[in-house]
Amino acid sequence: MSDAASNCLLSMRGLTREFRIGGGLFSPAKVLRAVSDVWLDVPRGRVTGIVGESGCGKSTLARLALRLLDATAGSVIFDDVELGGLKSGELRELRRRMQMVFQDPYSSVDPRYTIREALVEPFRVQRIRLTAAEAKSRVEEMLTMVGLSPHLASSYPHQLSGGQKQRVGIARALAHKPSFLVLDEPTASLDVSIQAQIVALLEYLQRDLGLTYLFISHDLGLVRYFCDTIVVMYLGRIVEILPNAVAKPRHPYTKTLLDSTFEPDPSKRRHISRLSGEIPSAFDLPKGCAFAARCSHAADRCRQERPEMSDAPGHRVACHYPLN
Amino acid sequence: MTLLSIRDLSVCIGRLRPLDGISFNLDKGEILGVVGESGSGKSLTATSIMGLLPLIGGKVLKGSMYFDGIDLTTLDEASYRRLRGRRIALISQNPMTSLDPIVRIGAQIDQMASLHLGLSPQKARARSIELMEQMRIPQAATVYGQYPHQLSGGMKQRIVVAMALAADPDLIIADEPTTALDVTIQAQIVQILIDLVRERGLALMLITHDMGVVAQACDRVVVLYAGRVAESNSVEGIFAEPRHPYTRALIRCIPRGGQARGSLVGIPGVVPRVLDYPRGCRFNPRCDLAQPICYTETPPVHADGSAAVACHFSEVRAHV
Amino acid sequence: MAQPMHTLVRIVSTPRGAVSGAILLIVILCALLASWVAPYSYDIQNLPGANLEPSASHLLGTDEFGRDLLSRIIYGARTSLAVGFTSIGASVLVGLVLGGAAGYFGGAFDRSVTAIVDLTWSFPEILIALILIAIAGPGLHSTAIAISIAYLAQFTRLTRAQIIGLKNETYVEATIGLGASHGHVLFQHLLPNALTPVIVAGMLATGDAIILEATLGFFGLGAQPPTPSWGAMMSSGTAQIFIAPWIIIFPGVAIAGTVIAINLFGDAIIDALDIRGKLRES
Repeated sequence: MSDAASNCLLSMRGLTREFRIGGGLFSPAKVLRAVSDVWLDVPRGRVTGIVGESGCGKSTLARLALRLLDATAGSVIFDDVELGGLKSGELRELRRRMQMVFQDPYSSVDPRYTIREALVEPFRVQRIRLTAAEAKSRVEEMLTMVGLSPHLASSYPHQLSGGQKQRVGIARALAHKPSFLVLDEPTASLDVSIQAQIVALLEYLQRDLGLTYLFISHDLGLVRYFCDTIVVMYLGRIVEILPNAVAKPRHPYTKTLLDSTFEPDPSKRRHISRLSGEIPSAFDLPKGCAFAARCSHAADRCRQERPEMSDAPGHRVACHYPLN
Repeated sequence: MTLLSIRDLSVCIGRLRPLDGISFNLDKGEILGVVGESGSGKSLTATSIMGLLPLIGGKVLKGSMYFDGIDLTTLDEASYRRLRGRRIALISQNPMTSLDPIVRIGAQIDQMASLHLGLSPQKARARSIELMEQMRIPQAATVYGQYPHQLSGGMKQRIVVAMALAADPDLIIADEPTTALDVTIQAQIVQILIDLVRERGLALMLITHDMGVVAQACDRVVVLYAGRVAESNSVEGIFAEPRHPYTRALIRCIPRGGQARGSLVGIPGVVPRVLDYPRGCRFNPRCDLAQPICYTETPPVHADGSAAVACHFSEVRAHV
Repeated sequence: MAQPMHTLVRIVSTPRGAVSGAILLIVILCALLASWVAPYSYDIQNLPGANLEPSASHLLGTDEFGRDLLSRIIYGARTSLAVGFTSIGASVLVGLVLGGAAGYFGGAFDRSVTAIVDLTWSFPEILIALILIAIAGPGLHSTAIAISIAYLAQFTRLTRAQIIGLKNETYVEATIGLGASHGHVLFQHLLPNALTPVIVAGMLATGDAIILEATLGFFGLGAQPPTPSWGAMMSSGTAQIFIAPWIIIFPGVAIAGTVIAINLFGDAIIDALDIRGKLRES
């Protein structure tokens, strides 16, 4: 137990988040449950991938993990500290150790700030006073660390390419030498050649600084390359946790996701079988398995009763009839 | 049989020359992948074929474009209008803006059929529903009466494909048709497009930046870089023996299943903007093999049958 | 507005911007330097010289008390601009705070601010001003206060809309993720980025405010005699309209010219900064 606890940097316990959408003077608000009862341990020094399609709750989960959003129920424990119980000053201190890199590099820096100002901001918000000389050397050090020329410090964001901006976003996140980074689709809005550059940089930083990553992506191919454990989400819930990149999927949804990922190799062509049924509305989830409507293996039990996550350590799956 | 033949096409917009000597052929019953990063000229090639260059202030500087024996470069606007939508259909990247939000789905598909084929309303309706069923749209008759906002993104893109097919075109140009969609939906749409070409024998020009989609769907591939063709070949040739350093680099950017950690390499730098095209080979700032000649001389195109490569240091061997 | 000087140069290099800018500059200089520019005092009466036509000694003629009309119009500019700028300035300031807080924090505070703002938005400004003056009594100060409150809804709405739009920018979330306080996010990122459209809207509203001040002056609710006000001057001109029409015409021309110049200049700023879309957001 103590061994497992010390190996685990961040732990999510029964995390649930609901959003109230719409609703005004004359109409009731609708409730959307973006994340439902998520239990997940993020091991120290490793890369945990969360993969799923739009609306599966992966971005909400990322924000809950850093308490950029408050949970409706459940808790997040970071290095033995429960985030929900922290006062704002304590949370600010803790933010030096846990940071996020965002999907959209194009708006991740205030357009009125120079790169230098954007890189000094982490120290300003943490109320750390830097002398002009300290600030200069820190900014140079940060830019060099993410493979950018120190000359860029006086540029404005609009003068940088998407890849350069994402490097600035990474540099900002690393300003206080954190131990934990949440990467929310950091390459999704970049060209493939730039995506590969950024992934290579993130790999290098992880090894070099011993970071723990929570890597959010819709790209199973990329997640299988980059991550030690792979968490698959569907409509707000974890449906499968693969212990490694080569583990065979046991949940039919993971199988579908894997079959939909094309490899850059024409000899591995496959026929895409037809998915029947539509994705259910997140406002009105079925009482059984959320994937049942699209699943070719679905039986009556799947539509009636929601499958629980299997308890066995290692490869875990939430399916009544897992694949072999 | 060659349906579309483009030879040495150069396009200018003002003083800029964003396309410079593009050549490729597209046969009936074939899927041609046009790949490259943003800014490589993929979409502009489609714009040129559709005859929409004047809309963005561009014009064909030199070269030829033949579609089924028709010279597109000298075609007047009235004749082009009879070609567009009827014989050459375009599927654009964003399904959300391709549909009119205040017109019912069915009416939008009907309109294409009645406009180009002169079908009666009843026949057009029956045909539209049949097309929607071919697009694997469940309860097509219900969807026929719905509005775009009632459908998901994947469904809308299927409607857009159905609209493109409504006038029974010979050539479909699909400009990043799946980029905005989720992976499972993307796979479905790609499969629908492949089935269409195989069943109907039409030609598909698939513009994409995704080498995975290319490997899955295409018969032949044209790799564009900074407004020029870097390499073109059969899909097997492109992936098994890429000749151009850019093609090699592009393929290496996508992780393969089981690829070891730390072995993914990107391409350093970015695609230059039209204003900043370097002298010589335009890939030279990002190429790990660049020699002095690459900085001074534009590489000649080595062509051999349907394969071609523009690099000083590649001999072409057409892959059979 | 990264480079205000650069923007200004671009504005005045268009014909519209140059002409409207020049008119505005003249009006502002007249207001500031009235005691030097005006040929006569604004309140010295000379009954034998009443209702004189424009002439070499009185360029715009004299009013029913024999006061020099040009001097009164120059001093009137001071009243109009002072009321216009201070009332709108105060209104913009309060609107930024209210709209900024409502847009940023949301919730019950936002709902109550929006409800009040929507309520005042549905009354004409003049009605709000009249009610407030009825409570506070006539005079320049109550006119200025009435105008600021009448226009508050506009700036609160605009600021709130800007803030709500900017709140979704990644850099805002990123800054919160770094550990920034609400104050830092609001004052370092949101308000500076929201400021430009609000200030331009304020500039355009200044034209309306000058008309509103003139209207209140016309009804005798604004500046009290002998303080010259364009509206009050027109009002007194109505009695002499057939004997001395210039008394009503020239102050009218001053109002119209100033307001048109403000509107054209504001339009030029909007085009130079390319923010027409943002102004429509509210």
